[in-house]
Amino acid sequence: MKTKKKLKLAIGLGSTCSGCDIAILDLGVKLLDLIGLADIVFWPTAFDFKYSDLEKLKDKEIDITLYHGTIRTAEHEEVAHILRKKSKILIAFGSCSCFGGIPGLCNLTDKKKIFDAVYSKNLSTVNKKGIFPEEKLLIDKNKSITLPHLFDTGKTLKQLIEVDYFIPGCPPPMQLIEGLIPLMKDVLEDAQLPVRKTVFGSTKTLCDECPLKKENKMISKIVSLAFTAIDPDRCLLEQGILCMGPVTRGGCEARCINVLMPCRGCMGPVLEIEDQGVTMISAIASILGVKGEENLTDQQIEDLLSGIKDIIGTFYRFTLPDALLNKKIEERR
Amino acid sequence: MSKKITIGPITRLEGEAKIEIFLNEKGNVENTYFQVVELRGFEKFCEGRPVEELPQITSRICGVCSGAHHIASCKALDGVYGVNPPSTGKKLRELFYCAHSLHSHLAHVFALAAPDLMLGFNAPKKKRNIFGVIEKVGLELGKKVLTAREYAQKIQSIIGGSEVHAMAGIAGGLSKPINEDSRKEIEKMSEELLEFAKISLDLFKKIISDNGELKEVLDSKDYSLQTYYMGMVDDQEKVNLYDGDIKVVDPEGKEFVKFKAKDYLSHLEEHVEPWTYVKFPYLKNIGWKGLVEGIDSGIYRVGPLARLNVSKGMATPLADKAYQEMYDLLGGKPLHSALALNWARVVEIVYIAERINELVKDKEITDKKVRTIPEGITGEGVGSVEAPRGTLFHHYIADQQGIAKKVNFVAPTTSNNGPICMSIRKAAQRVIKNFKVDDGLLNMIEVAFRAYDPCLACASHCLPGHMAMKANIYNSDKKLINEIIRKEKVR
Repeated sequence: MKTKKKLKLAIGLGSTCSGCDIAILDLGVKLLDLIGLADIVFWPTAFDFKYSDLEKLKDKEIDITLYHGTIRTAEHEEVAHILRKKSKILIAFGSCSCFGGIPGLCNLTDKKKIFDAVYSKNLSTVNKKGIFPEEKLLIDKNKSITLPHLFDTGKTLKQLIEVDYFIPGCPPPMQLIEGLIPLMKDVLEDAQLPVRKTVFGSTKTLCDECPLKKENKMISKIVSLAFTAIDPDRCLLEQGILCMGPVTRGGCEARCINVLMPCRGCMGPVLEIEDQGVTMISAIASILGVKGEENLTDQQIEDLLSGIKDIIGTFYRFTLPDALLNKKIEERR
Repeated sequence: MSKKITIGPITRLEGEAKIEIFLNEKGNVENTYFQVVELRGFEKFCEGRPVEELPQITSRICGVCSGAHHIASCKALDGVYGVNPPSTGKKLRELFYCAHSLHSHLAHVFALAAPDLMLGFNAPKKKRNIFGVIEKVGLELGKKVLTAREYAQKIQSIIGGSEVHAMAGIAGGLSKPINEDSRKEIEKMSEELLEFAKISLDLFKKIISDNGELKEVLDSKDYSLQTYYMGMVDDQEKVNLYDGDIKVVDPEGKEFVKFKAKDYLSHLEEHVEPWTYVKFPYLKNIGWKGLVEGIDSGIYRVGPLARLNVSKGMATPLADKAYQEMYDLLGGKPLHSALALNWARVVEIVYIAERINELVKDKEITDKKVRTIPEGITGEGVGSVEAPRGTLFHHYIADQQGIAKKVNFVAPTTSNNGPICMSIRKAAQRVIKNFKVDDGLLNMIEVAFRAYDPCLACASHCLPGHMAMKANIYNSDKKLINEIIRKEKVR
């Protein structure tokens, strides 16, 4: 009997919560289909592989690599480079590798401040001697033990290497994960593949697929979710609840909306070139308003905007390392 | 502060955790270091965020126990906003949370621990994973395992909105009730889960009674640690995963203290070592005495065994029977061995399945009132749950605008960090003699710490993955003589 040709699949990771791994395992029985199409040659979270096994592979020997997690340490960077070299198709899998994700919020601070918050100015920590973890620690005259170098900031995968496709979401929605199976079949059969740099998901916004009723009306203020009774039928944004739906890629099955929680933008912007936060600011500007707003005093305008308490942490919840903002900061430096 | 070192290529690829083992001139273990190698800094970047957003942000500490962080965070918000969820809100949170705990326990028992328990310590590396286990137990049972896990995920998704990173938790309850159709669907799944839990318990007991060597090793003093234990109990002193008082017993089982989660700072402190990113919590009123066991050391353990050791039994009938049986067979309370660590998790699987079944049949569970809307901000809250791996604390301080000013977490694997280091050292001392080191011996060391089901993402609020590790072994001249890397099946 002819042996069935199989692909070689790798799953690499940076700074991640491993929710992406769990989401892949949530394929359940379909996981068996996936394993039927491909041999897994590298998946640190799940199998016994050594980095040296990865090294031994020829360049481009891996057909498809899924990479999840933010680039946070020198080690993540190194592994990403190796995987790029060994892979024909490299897919940024999940919001962290696509846009920076939640760990990318570290760009609001830096390593020293994080160390202080964790090891020094911390509610439960007693550290009178001011001990911090050290990247190289001499334990006696002959030998030191090391920890990998931690960067000040988090990076997306495409900031480091060429990425072929993007599968966004935190974690990616099941529909998109299942989509890997036909993609793998196409690769196996040398069929036409999607255009490089394709971001999987809808080409429309979440608003386009949202089940809630939209009346296209203006809102006069932004409210705090904690204090608001949510109307289960109406558009959340039109109830004054910040929702990233207008600027976020659909294809997520509106899973937050289905439990009446606002979108936080984990699928990223609709167009890859877009800056999700800037687009949201303009969306808010067009929906937020009151009668006679031309005549408002500065104080009144401030009050109108005061409901938005954390622009960066909300509008760039999953995309901060990818934001245009960084380029501005970089230029200033 | 840390020195700035440019870490070179390849040779520095450490994986996610590593163990450094130092031998003396005779080739016996002198010391061991268990290192966790990354830090994400949630404590810092949660500052400045609207505190009401933290259930969504902090669930990303860990995708394996996202539900534990999500619910602990909601409970901390209940405190920040001074609000008490309605009865159905609490029950529905608990139902979601039980399903979450079940997914995690099932994955540990069948994917992580099972290769050791069912295939033996020296099974070939290729077999030491879930597929090897399915081969051993047969496809029929293997499918039941996958189905049970799928159901546990499905229940979370129905209530929370997603299997991984649920969204429905909010200050004062949940954002949405469940309807009768959903309830029926959950009830149907829960009946099967209960059947599966019984099978799991019988299977576990059979494996232990059939395999004398396994029992001997796991129950030996080299795989045992005499520490304090911490866990949450209800008002009858039975195990509760969602709510209750935190009880601590000493290594002899005597009650040391019982406290409310909000008072955790009066009872816990954390110590810092320069060789790992994870801290070392200890009982404040005893103090940090280093990595030593016993009644004079402040080190305590959390997790399934700790919960069983601090409690007077389980709140559901079958689990309570299994609880009594475990203590009868292994020789009284408290228990300290790796065998008991594994056994306790299976007892909890039975409890959780029974509890899901109870909750889903509760008349109130489809009540529309699942949320109390707060009226103000008190500014501070501590939320605690029993995560699958042990007691988890979230502590938030917010200003009157609802912006987080200070955020602190004590995660279960952080609490178990000291004990894990000690268990590794003990096991290494047992198995490595006269420079003799091989893959099988390393498995024996892994068994010692795998019993804790350590979750490194949680421990450093930071770290990817689970149990991917490397062991470096050095001779007395500190020359590297052996290097073994292992990666483990995710839960």
